[in-house]
Amino acid sequence: MVVDVEPSQAEIDRIFHALADATRRDILARVIEREQSVSALARSYAMSLPAVQKHVGVLEAAGLVGKRRSGREQRVHAEPERIRIARELLDRFEVLWRARIATMARLLAEDPTARRE
Amino acid sequence: MPVLDVEKDLDRTTMTVVAEFAAPVERVWALYADPRQLERHWGPPGWPATFLEHDLVPGGASHYVMSGPDGERSHGVWRVLAVDEPRSFVLEDAFADERGVADEQMGWTRMAATFTATADGTRLVFVTTFRSVEQLQQMLDMGMEEGVKLAMAQIDGLLAEDGAAV
Repeated sequence: MVVDVEPSQAEIDRIFHALADATRRDILARVIEREQSVSALARSYAMSLPAVQKHVGVLEAAGLVGKRRSGREQRVHAEPERIRIARELLDRFEVLWRARIATMARLLAEDPTARRE
Repeated sequence: MPVLDVEKDLDRTTMTVVAEFAAPVERVWALYADPRQLERHWGPPGWPATFLEHDLVPGGASHYVMSGPDGERSHGVWRVLAVDEPRSFVLEDAFADERGVADEQMGWTRMAATFTATADGTRLVFVTTFRSVEQLQQMLDMGMEEGVKLAMAQIDGLLAEDGAAV
């Protein structure tokens, strides 16, 4: 759970902003499964192609996805390294809580009468 | 390890921790109600907390200060919204200045705890709800890096103890 690639404050901002939207999380889930074109993605949502392009742009700015041109298509793929970093940021909270619970268990294991003497 | 489950919901910026302790409900409740016990587990490792004020009753308030590894001090306050002793409490937590005035810009984090008696002791469900992903991220940035490293070392130590005891 150690974060060995330390993202900058601005990078963290972009990652969380990108993941805060349900459509963008869904796009990310789809491209993690397999690379696909922006137009194929757009067919999955009740929104315009430019709107989907904008969401892809936000994910790209956060480094969570990458784009490449293939003929007349823009194809979108996931960037697993960045997704790993986002996940690790959340894992830090989990580590703190696990430590807190472990400390509570240790306090409960103490003999309260012995402690008061 | 007493932690049974940890769920992180990025959508609602919520973290739910479920833990079970081999102690009666009243005893686990006292870990929160008694400020001298509370301050022994509330601060993250490396950031021991001292509760200057603490009143776990509806409408009650708490003021605590945590001391960091480099001598920095971080104040926090609670406002207690609901208490059903010894079954549940709901409170809000915020960073504060040294007079205990909450940092409204960063905002309040909601915490709801439920204590249930089980065959072997007490089950605690602790739900932390951040106001926004920005708030969650700001809290991550509050110099907690060192705390995380120490926490991991502490967990490793406890696991080793458990292994020796069983």
